Amino acid sequence: MSILTYNGSAMVAMKGDECVSIATDKRFGIQAHTVSMDFPKVFEMGPHLYLGLPGLATDIATVYEKLRFRKNLFELRENRQMSPQIFGAMVSNMLYEKRFGPFFVEPMIAGLHPQTFKPYICNMDLIGCRNEPVDFVTGGSASAQLFGMCESLWEPNMGPDDLFETTSQALVNAFDRDAISGWGATVYIIEKDKVTTRELKTRMD
Amino acid sequence: MAMVLAPEIPESGFSFENCKRNADLTKKGFAVPKATKTGTTIVGIIYKDGVILGADTRATEDTTVADKNCMKIHYLAANMYCCGAGTAADTEKTNAMIASQLELHRLNTNRVVPVVTANQMLRQYLFRYQGYIGAALILGGVDNTGPHIYSIFPHGSTDKLPYATMGSGSLAAMAVFESRWKPNLTEEEGKQVVRDAIAAGIFNDLGSGSNVDLCVIRKGSVDYLRTYDEANKKGVRQASYRYPKGTTAVLSTKVKNVVVEEVSVRHIEEMDTSS
Amino acid sequence: MASVVPRPHYPDYSTAAPVNHHFSPYADNGGSIVAIAGDDYVVIGGDTRLSTGFQIYTRQQSKLFSLSKTTVLGCAGCWCDTLTLTRLLSARMQMYEQEHNKVMSTPAAAQMLSTVLYYKRFFPYYISNMLVGLDNDGKGCVYSYDPIGHCERSNYRAGGSAGALLQPLLDNQVGMKNMQNIKDESIPLERALAIIKDVFVSAAERDIYTGDGIHINIITKDGIKSDSFPLRKD
Repeated sequence: MSILTYNGSAMVAMKGDECVSIATDKRFGIQAHTVSMDFPKVFEMGPHLYLGLPGLATDIATVYEKLRFRKNLFELRENRQMSPQIFGAMVSNMLYEKRFGPFFVEPMIAGLHPQTFKPYICNMDLIGCRNEPVDFVTGGSASAQLFGMCESLWEPNMGPDDLFETTSQALVNAFDRDAISGWGATVYIIEKDKVTTRELKTRMD
Repeated sequence: MAMVLAPEIPESGFSFENCKRNADLTKKGFAVPKATKTGTTIVGIIYKDGVILGADTRATEDTTVADKNCMKIHYLAANMYCCGAGTAADTEKTNAMIASQLELHRLNTNRVVPVVTANQMLRQYLFRYQGYIGAALILGGVDNTGPHIYSIFPHGSTDKLPYATMGSGSLAAMAVFESRWKPNLTEEEGKQVVRDAIAAGIFNDLGSGSNVDLCVIRKGSVDYLRTYDEANKKGVRQASYRYPKGTTAVLSTKVKNVVVEEVSVRHIEEMDTSS
Repeated sequence: MASVVPRPHYPDYSTAAPVNHHFSPYADNGGSIVAIAGDDYVVIGGDTRLSTGFQIYTRQQSKLFSLSKTTVLGCAGCWCDTLTLTRLLSARMQMYEQEHNKVMSTPAAAQMLSTVLYYKRFFPYYISNMLVGLDNDGKGCVYSYDPIGHCERSNYRAGGSAGALLQPLLDNQVGMKNMQNIKDESIPLERALAIIKDVFVSAAERDIYTGDGIHINIITKDGIKSDSFPLRKD
């Protein structure tokens, strides 16, 4: 078993029409032993910028704090908001610095550009190789299942409501076939004028 | 003293602070996860007026496709591009690093940087890391001495060749070159041979796939032909899988309004670099 | 903790100490199988790519084997084991027919396959099997197996190299899982066929061992019909 799947996680982000979604499960476990069912893995980094960190729980905490520090410092120093693209570059560089002793997280970023509100999603491997597709990104121990779901469900130009249903169904059905993720889910739909957070009712086993 | 607003300048180079912990985890039986590889077909040839580089666009993570349309032809300098195979992050970051050094070199020397310089920088960098930076590269460019193709191996050895292939699809691609490459190909012939070499890799090597990217470098001009050929069309779905609203069971909804007070777009003038 | 120091190996001075020999008789030839059963039909599809490592052996190898007029077996995994197993099974089907003067029913064939697989408990056939057909009431049934003979009957199943990618979609679209305000009814044959083609299109996008095409068998009380569908070839 890989250390990336020690705590278990399932995460997905999708692009829609002028909106993006990011969704995560809520489990924190130690291998097959479930410890908590309310463990945050997606973090608000800005009004339109969300960061998902699937992987080893200890590194989720570390990487999140490091990134929060660096992003806040950037915004203080530059007096402007960080765009998701720049944030992605920062995460990627931080991870590659530890090329030979990596953090065991595969971050995922979903957001809208602070000025143009153009949707942006990306994910990267644990040493910061960025992937910026036009449709969706997946991560965590259920990523294979999520790939299969998203590849069939995703359509271009989905509005916020369609995007919510598609993202949620992709996530929930995927982690039901993964033994070490699930136990509740949170879905964020990020639009220009609002961010909607929904807690989903899921199987708890 | 480090302060929040005046932090210490971080040390340059790789950080090894997690290595001990990770080694301990490995000892306990937790496998180190695999990074994204670009099980790749990349090629480069010399033709009549310059060089043509080619690459497929698939990045794999074990046996799943992580990225269906990634860019494997990286910018190095205005007259030089470099294809990367191997560990995806390594090829990307190595090229970015060398690209910045080459730009500084160009500003220092005030001349078009020779391709051999980039080759030397890349091979010295890779040799220093003894193959642990898993980047297999094909460097191509045109300088004052003419067109050049180099293939660079992860351990730092290089070859100067008229036509070169790398990656898991290198044999399929080389088969095309060995039968069809000849000196002084025209640009159209050259592009066709490179496309066919990449297509051979895409179809016959499972590590390569999706589209063909090309980059034609002539003296004084470059054509970066992203998605030159869509070798594989995605299959068309028979049924629709849209869900009616309210299909997913929701426990609670929280809406956070974001008030956009002002949007200002600043146009930044380009830096004057004429002198 | 004392670390294990490897013993130097001198061929001319061999000792009586036990020597560890390696033997790896299995190959992974990839491939995926998907089956959906309905009230009076069952559909099974398998991709037609046979591969190893980064190589493709052939782009047109059907992975479906009909054992009788109402029973089809789909195999993905080690191809040499598939050939041996299917040959053994068709021999056993014939023996049964000649001994009992009737064709073996699908549930009986399913039980036989489980027994045949468990018979090689410590040197298994490395195959992910899926046996489909019509049961004694004429209802479609899908039996899926692990390599050593554990058998489970269900109405839909995905297996092989892209099994993990496809199973959740079947749960959702065929099993109607995790959906509110939806009538839970068995799906018609046309919908089942469309879903099978769509899941393979998705699998071909993301699994490097699935592609080239699919071969489909549709089993009804009138017999077995074949269908095929092209997939991407990279």
